[in-house]
Amino acid sequence: MEIPAILGAGVVVIGVGIGIGQIGKGAMEAIGRQPDAYGKIQTAMLIAAALVEGIGFAALFAV
Amino acid sequence: MVNIIKRINLLSLLFFISFTFAKETEAPSQDLKSEIRAYIKHHLEDTYDFNLLSYTAQDGHKVHIGMPLPVILWDEGLTIFSSSKLHHGETVAQVGGRYYKLDHGKIYRTDAAGTIDYDENHHATNIAPLDFSITKNVFTIIVTALLMFFLFKGLAQSYANNGMIAKGVGRFFEPIILHIRDEIAIPNIGEKHYKKYMSYLLTLFFFIWFLNILGLTPLGINVTGNIAITFSLAFLTFLITNFTAKKDYWMHIFWMPGVPKIMRLALAPIELLGVIIKPFSLMIRLYANISAGHIVLMSLIGLIFIFKNWFGSTLSFGLAFAISIIEILVALLQAYIFTVLSALYFGFAVEEHEHEEAH
Repeated sequence: MEIPAILGAGVVVIGVGIGIGQIGKGAMEAIGRQPDAYGKIQTAMLIAAALVEGIGFAALFAV
Repeated sequence: MVNIIKRINLLSLLFFISFTFAKETEAPSQDLKSEIRAYIKHHLEDTYDFNLLSYTAQDGHKVHIGMPLPVILWDEGLTIFSSSKLHHGETVAQVGGRYYKLDHGKIYRTDAAGTIDYDENHHATNIAPLDFSITKNVFTIIVTALLMFFLFKGLAQSYANNGMIAKGVGRFFEPIILHIRDEIAIPNIGEKHYKKYMSYLLTLFFFIWFLNILGLTPLGINVTGNIAITFSLAFLTFLITNFTAKKDYWMHIFWMPGVPKIMRLALAPIELLGVIIKPFSLMIRLYANISAGHIVLMSLIGLIFIFKNWFGSTLSFGLAFAISIIEILVALLQAYIFTVLSALYFGFAVEEHEHEEAH
């Protein structure tokens, strides 16, 4: 029930949300430019998103 | 078309509601919450027997449905006994004149009364013998290894028997194996050297994938959410990277060409740290993703029992259901990421290119 830990976890989640959102935005723009490369872009997006999400799980252990 | 959608929506709602049977009229006690917390903690840890489920019977004693596994200890000599003698930590096991007791999931040698001495930090100070037991995680790893062996052996043999066309269950894995070779191994490691690493990458991918999926079943097995297991996998990647590395790899870490000499001294410690941190991040990523997924899922299922009304329990069940679906995706994705990053690190180790000083 420590407030600093809970606040810290919340900030981590905000960071992860912004990060994955930016990755998604980049992926959408890239697909818009080159619709043929949809598969490759999707793969790269998922890899980058999983890397960012991995840091986000640190938040769960803080609480 | 709209009618079908309406029917599916109604059926899904009924499906969700039908699982929320916990209805009583009292408020949930603190007892229930700490019981759920203890249950989750127990799920995340390793046990000495394969326990499917346990409940408290009518007359108060606990009933465990499961299979005891052998406990193998080295305590001045090999001691092997069945974990049913430990009775889930309630009694002292007497084996050949020595007494063992479970305390917080670890086996300690005690006297006949089962006394365990604690120090200031509440850690037990009894002698803990070297433990080589077949625990639940070890048993699951062995079962998964056998499953993978027979699955892929069958696939390989079907090629021989059927003129280079796969038949049988293994057909499903052929495109995945080709994807690992063509999109992960060759682009990262290069045409010349990828074959050496293919067997490790394939084993790694399917091992982690199968173990992650097994963790989502109701059997209550949690292998990849155990930091010792992910440490071993990351350690293997670390060993393979550094022991099959060429001279260029070490040059790039300690004495990188194309960088002014003073900066090389400054960058070398950072690169050296990077050698350790890259496999370390592999370990933490897999461990955190899988164990966090399990914690969230089990907390939501526990929430069904804390909300003892129709609305809250249905919502909790729906959320738990949706998160289970995501966890299936995460199982595959984490295996894929571990494999891609391992291939990337192998690629760093064996890449060779012509250097000029300008790099």
